[in-house]
Amino acid sequence: MQVSPPSLLKAAWIIARKDLAVELRTRSAFLSVLVFTLLGLATFYFAWDPTVVSAADLAPGVLWVTFTFAGLLGLHRSFGMEAQDRAIDALLVAPVEREAIYLGKALANFVFVGTVLCAALPALVLFYNLPPASALAALAPIALLASIGLVSVGTLFSSMAVNTRLAELLLPMLSLPFFVPIVMASSQASTRLLAGRPLAEAMPWIKILIAFDLVFVVACTVAFPHTLEE
Amino acid sequence: MTSPPSDSRPRLLDGVMLLALAAVAGAVARILAFTPYEVHQGAAQKIYYIHVPAAMSAYLALGVVAAMSIVYLWLHDERSDRLAESAAEVSFVFTTVVLVTGPLWARPIWNTWWSWDARLNLTLFLWFVTAAYLVLRGAIEQDAMRARYSAVLGVLAALLVPFIHLSVYLFRTMHPMPIVLKPSEPSLPREMLTTFLIASLAFLFFGVALIRARYRLTPLFRSSAGGGNA
Repeated sequence: MQVSPPSLLKAAWIIARKDLAVELRTRSAFLSVLVFTLLGLATFYFAWDPTVVSAADLAPGVLWVTFTFAGLLGLHRSFGMEAQDRAIDALLVAPVEREAIYLGKALANFVFVGTVLCAALPALVLFYNLPPASALAALAPIALLASIGLVSVGTLFSSMAVNTRLAELLLPMLSLPFFVPIVMASSQASTRLLAGRPLAEAMPWIKILIAFDLVFVVACTVAFPHTLEE
Repeated sequence: MTSPPSDSRPRLLDGVMLLALAAVAGAVARILAFTPYEVHQGAAQKIYYIHVPAAMSAYLALGVVAAMSIVYLWLHDERSDRLAESAAEVSFVFTTVVLVTGPLWARPIWNTWWSWDARLNLTLFLWFVTAAYLVLRGAIEQDAMRARYSAVLGVLAALLVPFIHLSVYLFRTMHPMPIVLKPSEPSLPREMLTTFLIASLAFLFFGVALIRARYRLTPLFRSSAGGGNA
Protein backbone atom coordinates (compact mmCIF):
# COMPACT_ATOMS: atom_id res chain seq x y z
CA MET A 1 0.00 0.00 0.00
CA GLN A 2 1.30 3.45 -0.89
CA VAL A 3 1.51 5.76 2.10
CA SER A 4 1.60 9.47 1.25
CA PRO A 5 3.56 11.78 3.54
CA PRO A 6 1.40 13.66 6.05
CA SER A 7 0.43 17.29 5.54
CA LEU A 8 2.32 20.07 7.37
CA LEU A 9 -0.07 20.35 10.30
CA LYS A 10 -0.63 16.61 10.55
CA ALA A 11 3.13 16.05 10.67
CA ALA A 12 3.51 18.78 13.28
CA TRP A 13 0.84 17.13 15.40
CA ILE A 14 2.58 13.73 15.17
CA ILE A 15 5.90 15.26 16.30
CA ALA A 16 4.21 17.13 19.13
CA ARG A 17 2.52 13.90 20.27
CA LYS A 18 5.86 12.11 20.25
CA ASP A 19 7.45 14.77 22.47
CA LEU A 20 4.49 14.83 24.83
CA ALA A 21 4.46 11.03 25.06
CA VAL A 22 8.15 11.02 26.02
CA GLU A 23 7.45 13.69 28.63
CA LEU A 24 4.38 11.91 29.95
CA ARG A 25 6.32 8.66 30.42
CA THR A 26 9.39 10.17 32.05
CA ARG A 27 7.86 13.27 33.70
CA SER A 28 11.42 14.37 34.47
CA ALA A 29 11.32 17.89 33.05
CA PHE A 30 7.75 18.64 33.99
CA LEU A 31 8.16 18.00 37.69
CA SER A 32 11.41 19.94 37.98
CA VAL A 33 10.05 22.91 36.04
CA LEU A 34 6.85 22.88 38.08
CA VAL A 35 8.74 22.83 41.37
CA PHE A 36 11.09 25.53 40.07
CA THR A 37 8.09 27.73 39.26
CA LEU A 38 6.45 27.24 42.65
CA LEU A 39 9.77 27.88 44.38
CA GLY A 40 10.24 31.04 42.35
CA LEU A 41 6.79 32.36 43.24
CA ALA A 42 7.36 31.64 46.93
CA THR A 43 10.96 32.91 47.10
CA PHE A 44 10.29 36.24 45.40
CA TYR A 45 7.76 37.08 48.08
CA PHE A 46 10.59 37.47 50.58
CA ALA A 47 12.64 39.71 48.31
CA TRP A 48 10.43 42.73 49.08
CA ASP A 49 9.29 44.45 52.25
CA PRO A 50 5.58 43.49 52.47
CA THR A 51 4.80 46.62 54.50
CA VAL A 52 5.97 48.81 51.62
CA VAL A 53 4.86 46.90 48.52
CA SER A 54 1.53 45.09 48.74
CA ALA A 55 1.46 41.46 47.64
CA ALA A 56 -1.07 42.25 44.91
CA ASP A 57 1.28 44.84 43.38
CA LEU A 58 4.15 42.39 43.51
CA ALA A 59 2.33 39.41 42.02
CA PRO A 60 2.36 40.22 38.27
CA GLY A 61 6.07 40.99 38.13
CA VAL A 62 6.94 37.87 40.11
CA LEU A 63 4.73 35.71 37.91
CA TRP A 64 6.18 36.84 34.58
CA VAL A 65 9.81 36.82 35.63
CA THR A 66 9.45 33.34 37.13
CA PHE A 67 7.49 32.15 34.09
CA THR A 68 10.26 33.33 31.76
CA PHE A 69 13.03 31.56 33.63
CA ALA A 70 10.98 28.39 34.08
CA GLY A 71 10.22 28.48 30.36
CA LEU A 72 13.95 28.47 29.59
CA LEU A 73 14.40 25.30 31.64
CA GLY A 74 11.68 23.51 29.69
CA LEU A 75 12.73 24.85 26.30
CA HIS A 76 16.28 23.57 26.51
CA ARG A 77 14.91 20.06 26.89
CA SER A 78 13.07 20.37 23.56
CA PHE A 79 16.10 19.92 21.32
CA GLY A 80 18.41 18.74 24.08
CA MET A 81 16.70 15.35 24.00
CA GLU A 82 17.10 15.14 20.20
CA ALA A 83 20.85 15.72 20.53
CA GLN A 84 21.20 12.54 22.58
CA ASP A 85 22.26 9.68 20.30
CA ARG A 86 21.61 12.11 17.42
CA ALA A 87 17.90 11.37 17.51
CA ILE A 88 17.43 14.52 15.44
CA ASP A 89 18.72 12.58 12.39
CA ALA A 90 15.63 10.37 12.50
CA LEU A 91 13.43 13.47 12.40
CA LEU A 92 15.44 14.92 9.53
CA VAL A 93 15.12 11.83 7.32
CA ALA A 94 11.39 11.56 8.01
CA PRO A 95 9.30 12.54 4.97
CA VAL A 96 8.04 15.76 6.56
CA GLU A 97 8.81 19.39 5.91
CA ARG A 98 11.36 21.10 8.15
CA GLU A 99 8.73 23.62 9.18
CA ALA A 100 6.61 20.76 10.52
CA ILE A 101 9.43 19.79 12.90
CA TYR A 102 9.50 23.35 14.25
CA LEU A 103 5.73 23.63 14.58
CA GLY A 104 5.51 20.21 16.27
CA LYS A 105 8.28 21.06 18.73
CA ALA A 106 6.72 24.46 19.43
CA LEU A 107 3.29 22.91 19.96
CA ALA A 108 4.70 20.39 22.45
CA ASN A 109 6.52 23.20 24.27
CA PHE A 110 3.33 25.24 24.33
CA VAL A 111 1.40 22.39 25.96
CA PHE A 112 4.29 21.93 28.41
CA VAL A 113 4.46 25.60 29.38
CA GLY A 114 0.66 25.85 29.49
CA THR A 115 0.43 22.91 31.87
CA VAL A 116 2.99 24.49 34.18
CA LEU A 117 0.97 27.72 34.10
CA CYS A 118 -2.22 25.83 34.99
CA ALA A 119 -0.54 25.01 38.29
CA ALA A 120 1.35 28.29 38.67
CA LEU A 121 -1.60 30.65 38.33
CA PRO A 122 -3.65 29.13 41.18
CA ALA A 123 -0.47 29.03 43.29
CA LEU A 124 0.07 32.73 42.62
CA VAL A 125 -3.53 33.50 43.62
CA LEU A 126 -3.00 31.53 46.82
CA PHE A 127 0.43 32.93 47.80
CA TYR A 128 -0.35 36.56 46.97
CA ASN A 129 -3.94 36.63 48.22
CA LEU A 130 -5.50 37.64 44.91
CA PRO A 131 -9.29 37.47 44.38
CA PRO A 132 -9.48 34.02 42.64
CA ALA A 133 -12.14 34.51 39.96
CA SER A 134 -11.20 37.98 38.70
CA ALA A 135 -7.44 37.33 38.94
CA LEU A 136 -7.61 34.12 36.92
CA ALA A 137 -9.92 35.73 34.35
CA ALA A 138 -7.41 38.56 33.91
CA LEU A 139 -4.23 36.45 33.90
CA ALA A 140 -5.31 33.47 31.76
CA PRO A 141 -5.65 35.32 28.42
CA ILE A 142 -2.38 37.18 29.00
CA ALA A 143 -0.70 33.89 29.91
CA LEU A 144 -1.94 32.40 26.64
CA LEU A 145 -0.47 35.25 24.57
CA ALA A 146 2.78 35.33 26.53
CA SER A 147 3.25 31.55 26.16
CA ILE A 148 2.87 31.69 22.38
CA GLY A 149 5.57 34.38 22.12
CA LEU A 150 7.92 32.68 24.56
CA VAL A 151 7.61 29.28 22.91
CA SER A 152 7.94 30.56 19.33
CA VAL A 153 11.28 32.27 19.97
CA GLY A 154 12.51 29.78 22.58
CA THR A 155 11.96 26.71 20.41
CA LEU A 156 14.04 28.18 17.59
CA PHE A 157 16.87 29.21 19.92
CA SER A 158 16.76 25.81 21.62
CA SER A 159 17.52 24.15 18.30
CA MET A 160 20.42 26.57 17.77
CA ALA A 161 21.87 26.53 21.27
CA VAL A 162 22.04 22.74 21.46
CA ASN A 163 24.52 22.64 18.54
CA THR A 164 26.94 25.14 20.04
CA ARG A 165 29.85 24.57 22.39
CA LEU A 166 28.00 26.35 25.20
CA ALA A 167 24.74 24.37 24.75
CA GLU A 168 22.23 25.23 27.48
CA LEU A 169 24.35 28.13 28.76
CA LEU A 170 23.71 30.02 25.54
CA LEU A 171 19.91 29.68 25.56
CA PRO A 172 19.19 32.34 28.22
CA MET A 173 21.60 34.78 26.63
CA LEU A 174 19.95 34.40 23.24
CA SER A 175 16.37 34.29 24.50
CA LEU A 176 16.13 36.81 27.32
CA PRO A 177 16.53 39.98 25.20
CA PHE A 178 13.69 38.62 23.06
CA PHE A 179 11.57 37.95 26.15
CA VAL A 180 11.89 41.58 27.29
CA PRO A 181 8.86 42.84 25.36
CA ILE A 182 6.88 39.78 26.55
CA VAL A 183 7.72 40.27 30.24
CA MET A 184 7.14 44.00 30.01
CA ALA A 185 3.82 43.79 28.18
CA SER A 186 2.47 40.90 30.29
CA SER A 187 3.44 42.54 33.58
CA GLN A 188 2.09 45.96 32.65
CA ALA A 189 -1.16 44.55 31.28
CA SER A 190 -1.80 42.26 34.23
CA THR A 191 -0.88 44.95 36.79
CA ARG A 192 -3.59 47.15 35.34
CA LEU A 193 -6.20 44.41 35.11
CA LEU A 194 -5.49 43.12 38.63
CA ALA A 195 -5.85 46.68 39.96
CA GLY A 196 -9.32 46.79 38.44
CA ARG A 197 -8.43 49.36 35.79
CA PRO A 198 -10.52 49.34 32.60
CA LEU A 199 -9.47 47.01 29.79
CA ALA A 200 -8.68 49.99 27.54
CA GLU A 201 -5.69 50.84 29.75
CA ALA A 202 -4.19 47.39 29.26
CA MET A 203 -5.00 47.19 25.57
CA PRO A 204 -1.82 48.85 24.20
CA TRP A 205 0.24 46.21 26.02
CA ILE A 206 -2.02 43.36 24.89
CA LYS A 207 -1.69 44.60 21.32
CA ILE A 208 2.10 44.44 21.62
CA LEU A 209 1.78 40.82 22.79
CA ILE A 210 -0.51 39.89 19.89
CA ALA A 211 1.78 41.58 17.35
CA PHE A 212 4.85 39.89 18.88
CA ASP A 213 3.17 36.47 18.61
CA LEU A 214 2.15 36.99 14.99
CA VAL A 215 5.54 38.29 13.87
CA PHE A 216 7.68 35.73 15.66
CA VAL A 217 5.58 32.62 14.99
CA VAL A 218 5.87 33.37 11.27
CA ALA A 219 9.51 34.55 11.36
CA CYS A 220 10.74 31.61 13.45
CA THR A 221 8.88 29.06 11.31
CA VAL A 222 10.53 30.50 8.21
CA ALA A 223 13.95 30.77 9.89
CA PHE A 224 13.97 27.30 11.44
CA PRO A 225 15.12 25.28 8.38
CA HIS A 226 18.27 27.43 8.34
CA THR A 227 19.24 26.11 11.77
CA LEU A 228 19.31 22.49 10.58
CA GLU A 229 22.13 20.80 8.74
CA GLU A 230 21.64 20.81 5.00
CA MET B 1 34.12 45.85 -0.45
CA THR B 2 37.04 44.49 -2.42
CA SER B 3 39.35 41.84 -1.10
CA PRO B 4 43.02 42.75 -0.93
CA PRO B 5 45.44 41.13 -3.35
CA SER B 6 46.44 37.80 -1.87
CA ASP B 7 50.19 38.45 -1.82
CA SER B 8 50.01 41.59 0.39
CA ARG B 9 49.18 41.02 4.02
CA PRO B 10 46.33 43.34 5.10
CA ARG B 11 47.44 45.84 7.72
CA LEU B 12 45.43 47.53 10.44
CA LEU B 13 47.03 50.97 9.99
CA ASP B 14 46.62 51.66 6.31
CA GLY B 15 45.76 54.98 4.65
CA VAL B 16 42.03 54.84 5.35
CA MET B 17 42.52 54.03 9.02
CA LEU B 18 45.13 56.76 9.49
CA LEU B 19 42.80 59.26 7.82
CA ALA B 20 39.93 58.17 10.10
CA LEU B 21 42.11 58.47 13.21
CA ALA B 22 43.20 61.94 12.07
CA ALA B 23 39.55 62.93 11.58
CA VAL B 24 38.63 61.75 15.10
CA ALA B 25 41.68 63.51 16.57
CA GLY B 26 40.69 66.69 14.75
CA ALA B 27 37.12 66.45 15.97
CA VAL B 28 38.28 65.89 19.56
CA ALA B 29 40.63 68.88 19.32
CA ARG B 30 37.78 71.05 18.11
CA ILE B 31 35.47 69.75 20.86
CA LEU B 32 38.03 70.47 23.58
CA ALA B 33 39.66 73.71 22.48
CA PHE B 34 37.56 75.43 19.85
CA THR B 35 33.97 74.97 21.03
CA PRO B 36 32.50 77.26 23.71
CA TYR B 37 31.16 75.92 27.00
CA GLU B 38 27.40 75.54 27.14
CA VAL B 39 26.12 78.12 29.63
CA HIS B 40 24.03 75.78 31.83
CA GLN B 41 25.84 72.45 31.56
CA GLY B 42 29.43 73.62 31.37
CA ALA B 43 32.09 71.08 30.46
CA ALA B 44 29.74 68.10 30.79
CA GLN B 45 27.89 69.14 27.66
CA LYS B 46 30.95 68.34 25.57
CA ILE B 47 30.29 64.64 26.12
CA TYR B 48 27.36 65.18 23.78
CA TYR B 49 29.75 65.52 20.82
CA ILE B 50 31.13 62.04 21.53
CA HIS B 51 27.97 60.37 22.81
CA VAL B 52 25.58 61.10 19.95
CA PRO B 53 28.06 60.49 17.08
CA ALA B 54 29.03 57.18 18.73
CA ALA B 55 25.35 56.24 18.88
CA MET B 56 24.96 57.08 15.20
CA SER B 57 27.91 54.87 14.27
CA ALA B 58 26.57 52.07 16.46
CA TYR B 59 23.17 52.19 14.77
CA LEU B 60 24.77 52.35 11.32
CA ALA B 61 26.82 49.26 12.12
CA LEU B 62 23.74 47.42 13.45
CA GLY B 63 21.96 48.25 10.21
CA VAL B 64 24.85 46.63 8.34
CA VAL B 65 24.55 43.49 10.52
CA ALA B 66 20.81 43.19 9.81
CA ALA B 67 21.19 43.83 6.09
CA MET B 68 24.12 41.42 5.72
CA SER B 69 22.22 38.73 7.68
CA ILE B 70 19.38 38.91 5.18
CA VAL B 71 21.86 38.84 2.30
CA TYR B 72 23.56 35.77 3.77
CA LEU B 73 20.34 33.79 4.20
CA TRP B 74 19.45 34.69 0.64
CA LEU B 75 22.74 34.23 -1.26
CA HIS B 76 24.86 32.20 1.21
CA ASP B 77 27.83 34.41 0.34
CA GLU B 78 30.65 34.04 2.86
CA ARG B 79 31.64 37.71 2.42
CA SER B 80 28.29 38.98 3.73
CA ASP B 81 28.78 36.90 6.87
CA ARG B 82 32.25 38.32 7.33
CA LEU B 83 30.94 41.86 6.91
CA ALA B 84 28.12 41.20 9.41
CA GLU B 85 30.65 39.89 11.92
CA SER B 86 32.91 42.94 11.48
CA ALA B 87 30.00 45.36 11.82
CA ALA B 88 28.69 43.57 14.94
CA GLU B 89 32.03 43.89 16.73
CA VAL B 90 32.34 47.57 15.81
CA SER B 91 28.74 48.21 16.86
CA PHE B 92 29.42 46.56 20.21
CA VAL B 93 32.36 48.89 20.83
CA PHE B 94 30.42 52.02 19.88
CA THR B 95 27.36 51.00 21.92
CA THR B 96 29.67 50.48 24.88
CA VAL B 97 31.02 54.01 24.34
CA VAL B 98 27.43 55.30 24.33
CA LEU B 99 26.57 53.42 27.53
CA VAL B 100 29.71 54.68 29.30
CA THR B 101 29.54 58.33 28.21
CA GLY B 102 25.79 58.55 28.91
CA PRO B 103 26.00 58.06 32.72
CA LEU B 104 29.09 60.33 32.88
CA TRP B 105 26.96 63.11 31.43
CA ALA B 106 23.80 62.19 33.32
CA ARG B 107 25.40 62.32 36.79
CA PRO B 108 25.99 66.12 36.84
CA ILE B 109 23.03 67.02 34.59
CA TRP B 110 20.25 64.63 35.64
CA ASN B 111 21.71 64.14 39.09
CA THR B 112 21.63 60.38 38.57
CA TRP B 113 23.90 57.89 36.81
CA TRP B 114 21.08 55.93 35.28
CA SER B 115 17.45 56.54 34.52
CA TRP B 116 15.07 54.02 32.98
CA ASP B 117 14.44 56.31 30.09
CA ALA B 118 13.19 54.86 26.82
CA ARG B 119 16.32 55.61 24.84
CA LEU B 120 18.59 54.20 27.52
CA ASN B 121 16.58 51.01 27.61
CA LEU B 122 16.66 50.56 23.87
CA THR B 123 20.43 51.08 23.74
CA LEU B 124 20.99 48.75 26.69
CA PHE B 125 18.97 45.93 25.13
CA LEU B 126 20.65 46.41 21.75
CA TRP B 127 23.93 46.04 23.59
CA PHE B 128 22.69 42.75 25.11
CA VAL B 129 21.55 41.44 21.72
CA THR B 130 24.90 42.36 20.14
CA ALA B 131 26.72 40.63 22.99
CA ALA B 132 24.60 37.50 22.49
CA TYR B 133 25.36 37.65 18.75
CA LEU B 134 29.11 37.73 19.40
CA VAL B 135 28.97 34.98 22.02
CA LEU B 136 26.93 32.82 19.64
CA ARG B 137 29.59 33.29 16.95
CA GLY B 138 32.30 32.34 19.40
CA ALA B 139 30.47 29.17 20.43
CA ILE B 140 30.32 27.59 16.95
CA GLU B 141 33.39 26.13 15.29
CA GLN B 142 32.03 25.18 11.89
CA ASP B 143 32.08 28.16 9.50
CA ALA B 144 28.90 27.48 7.52
CA MET B 145 26.86 26.75 10.65
CA ARG B 146 28.21 29.85 12.41
CA ALA B 147 27.24 31.96 9.42
CA ARG B 148 23.72 30.51 9.20
CA TYR B 149 23.00 30.74 12.94
CA SER B 150 24.25 34.28 13.29
CA ALA B 151 22.32 35.37 10.20
CA VAL B 152 19.14 33.93 11.73
CA LEU B 153 19.83 35.81 14.96
CA GLY B 154 20.64 38.99 13.00
CA VAL B 155 17.32 38.90 11.16
CA LEU B 156 15.29 38.11 14.29
CA ALA B 157 17.06 40.89 16.20
CA ALA B 158 16.09 43.34 13.46
CA LEU B 159 12.46 42.25 13.99
CA LEU B 160 12.86 42.61 17.74
CA VAL B 161 14.01 46.25 17.68
CA PRO B 162 10.55 47.75 16.91
CA PHE B 163 9.02 45.74 19.75
CA ILE B 164 11.58 46.87 22.32
CA HIS B 165 11.25 50.42 20.98
CA LEU B 166 7.46 50.31 21.32
CA SER B 167 7.47 48.78 24.81
CA VAL B 168 10.06 51.11 26.30
CA TYR B 169 8.25 54.19 24.97
CA LEU B 170 4.90 52.94 26.21
CA PHE B 171 6.52 52.16 29.55
CA ARG B 172 7.90 55.64 29.92
CA THR B 173 4.88 57.60 28.76
CA MET B 174 2.69 55.78 31.25
CA HIS B 175 5.04 56.50 34.13
CA PRO B 176 5.65 60.19 34.79
CA MET B 177 9.37 60.87 35.12
CA PRO B 178 11.35 63.81 36.46
CA ILE B 179 11.50 66.41 33.72
CA VAL B 180 14.95 65.74 32.34
CA LEU B 181 15.35 66.55 28.72
CA LYS B 182 18.35 66.54 26.46
CA PRO B 183 19.11 69.83 24.73
CA SER B 184 17.22 69.76 21.48
CA GLU B 185 19.49 69.67 18.47
CA PRO B 186 17.97 72.44 16.34
CA SER B 187 18.43 75.01 19.11
CA LEU B 188 22.18 74.44 19.10
CA PRO B 189 24.22 77.60 18.36
CA ARG B 190 26.11 77.58 15.08
CA GLU B 191 29.55 76.90 16.58
CA MET B 192 28.29 73.91 18.56
CA LEU B 193 26.30 72.61 15.60
CA THR B 194 29.45 72.72 13.45
CA THR B 195 31.40 70.81 16.09
CA PHE B 196 28.59 68.27 16.33
CA LEU B 197 28.49 67.76 12.56
CA ILE B 198 32.28 67.45 12.35
CA ALA B 199 32.31 64.93 15.21
CA SER B 200 29.45 62.96 13.63
CA LEU B 201 31.20 62.70 10.29
CA ALA B 202 34.49 61.80 11.97
CA PHE B 203 32.86 59.05 14.03
CA LEU B 204 30.91 57.63 11.10
CA PHE B 205 34.09 57.59 9.04
CA PHE B 206 35.97 55.97 11.92
CA GLY B 207 33.21 53.36 12.24
CA VAL B 208 33.38 52.53 8.54
CA ALA B 209 37.19 52.37 8.73
CA LEU B 210 37.01 49.96 11.68
CA ILE B 211 34.48 47.71 9.95
CA ARG B 212 36.65 47.76 6.82
CA ALA B 213 39.79 46.91 8.79
CA ARG B 214 38.07 44.11 10.69
CA TYR B 215 36.67 42.74 7.45
CA ARG B 216 40.06 42.72 5.76
CA LEU B 217 41.81 41.20 8.77
CA THR B 218 39.30 38.35 9.20
CA PRO B 219 41.48 35.77 7.39
CA LEU B 220 44.25 36.45 9.93
CA PHE B 221 41.83 35.96 12.84
CA ARG B 222 40.60 32.68 11.36
CA SER B 223 44.07 31.29 10.62
CA SER B 224 45.40 32.18 14.06
CA ALA B 225 42.35 30.55 15.67
CA GLY B 226 43.18 27.44 13.66
CA GLY B 227 39.72 25.87 13.88
CA GLY B 228 38.19 27.33 10.70
CA ASN B 229 37.83 25.40 7.50
CA ALA B 230 37.15 28.38 5.24
